[in-house]
Amino acid sequence: MLKSKRFFTYLFLSIISFVSIFPFLWMVISSTNKSVDVTGGRLLPGTHMMENFRKLLETTDLQLSLVNSAKISITTTVLALLIASLAGYGFEVFRSRSKDIVFNILLLSMMIPFAAMMVPLYRMFANVSDTLPWMGVDTMTSVILPTVTTAFLIFFFRQSTKMFPKELLEAGRIDGLSELSIFLRIFIPTMKTTYAAAAIITFMSSWNNYLWPLIVLQSPETKTMPLLISILGSGYAPDYGMILIAIVIGTLPTAIVFFLMQKQFVAGMTGSVK
Amino acid sequence: MKNTNSNMSIRRRSVLTGWSFVLLSVVLIFIFYFYPMIQALIMSFQTGTGSNLEFTGLDNYKRLFSDAMFFTAVKNTFIYLLVQVPIMIVLALFISVLLNDKKLKFKGFFRTAIFLPCVTSLVAYAIVFKYLFAGNGLVNTFLLNLHLIDTPIGWITDPFWAKITIVIAITWRWTGYNMIFYLSALQNIDNSIYEAAKIDGASAARQFFGITIPLLKPIILFTSITSTIGTLQLFDEVMNITKGGPGNSTLTISQYIYNLSFKYSADFGYAATVSYSIVIMIILLSFLQFKVAGDKNA
Repeated sequence: MLKSKRFFTYLFLSIISFVSIFPFLWMVISSTNKSVDVTGGRLLPGTHMMENFRKLLETTDLQLSLVNSAKISITTTVLALLIASLAGYGFEVFRSRSKDIVFNILLLSMMIPFAAMMVPLYRMFANVSDTLPWMGVDTMTSVILPTVTTAFLIFFFRQSTKMFPKELLEAGRIDGLSELSIFLRIFIPTMKTTYAAAAIITFMSSWNNYLWPLIVLQSPETKTMPLLISILGSGYAPDYGMILIAIVIGTLPTAIVFFLMQKQFVAGMTGSVK
Repeated sequence: MKNTNSNMSIRRRSVLTGWSFVLLSVVLIFIFYFYPMIQALIMSFQTGTGSNLEFTGLDNYKRLFSDAMFFTAVKNTFIYLLVQVPIMIVLALFISVLLNDKKLKFKGFFRTAIFLPCVTSLVAYAIVFKYLFAGNGLVNTFLLNLHLIDTPIGWITDPFWAKITIVIAITWRWTGYNMIFYLSALQNIDNSIYEAAKIDGASAARQFFGITIPLLKPIILFTSITSTIGTLQLFDEVMNITKGGPGNSTLTISQYIYNLSFKYSADFGYAATVSYSIVIMIILLSFLQFKVAGDKNA
């Protein structure tokens, strides 16, 4: 009885794992095959990968989209970490009743659906397009600004600050450091893992962001990877091999980050509810 | 919470310093979250094309209640919500309980494999699913070869099956994500509770419903609220798998708002009205879930 239960457990978990991994395998294998073979159901690696890649470079501006995505996600990540950790630290270290009220109001923003903000946000950026062209519609700034501050990340840093040893803080004050340099020179280096977790989460959601860039980026020169993939995938006569290699390339950065930093990644996802 | 025994002089000095730490975030969140929300509320009482909006009172709200396409979008969204969220949460709970077994081998492999779908972008996986579930796609080929079906299923082209495809896709993408939350909560449960239950002769099922579920209640509540909010905002998958079709049978509320604003002739006022329906639904459903779960534990 016990043995058969064990067997069922392994069988069930193996099936679930297989289903989870299979689309990845299929996408990598298919990116090495001709389009005909992909539709023919071929499940063995082929020799067509370079050909698919070459076609992708010919039909799209892959490098440009990769650079756009990288610029946006890296800038967003650096700024988001700085802004949110300053605030999370501030709300916890300089705790007061009025700040707690403000903090709770900020948390309410997590309930606001993006669908309800996208039209006013679009109009805000469209309105400044003439006077401030560098932050109007179709600029990197317009993609970054609305996504750079999240109450979630502030909350995450506030929770982590509770773990920060108060003795270090006092020691810094006794040494005569200013509050800002305590933050910069003691807090940041001590909380490296917290920053790593936050960086991964922010980078991933920024790299994968679709709806807002779809609305605010309109010219081909500003397209990010998800937009490029979406456009390729919506064609009526898709070249499967070529599109799948684009998807593989678009997924690589986040997959690499995940495998290199799995522990921090999981800590980042669950950190908010500890 | 430990009391910071800082003395009053430091306190007073740090009032300004404290606010300067949080000021930037507060300003940015007000500009990019609360201000748009207020704008949307104002716009929901206005009509017009593009930016030429004028106040027309409750016209948009009247239109909302006689708008068949809005009700289709709401119905579809709720079908996803009522079918997909429970399936995913039960599946994630079940998997995490199995994985929490100390004697289980290859635990790390299973966990990583099941979590892996979370690294894909929504657009990327949606397109992979669109191809796998295409008329001549791998799923149909597989089912035909096994003689489970005689003719290919219209996974993308049939109104009923297209919804199923969306549900399968979202479940694939998010089950591992929810599992991670349950796993980390399970690790905090003291094993001696289970030992005591075993001595009392409680079956595995009895332990699951009597111990695991009640102890995980706060985290189950958390994940069901986040999943509900996520589903009410469903966009990327539907946009890239079915484009809302066939015949609006997979259209979601978010996609309808997008279409109203950026696809048809820019009807910003009415789009804002539709978007407020999501806000109200999120508030009502979150409140309901708190009530159902009993807010004492949450």
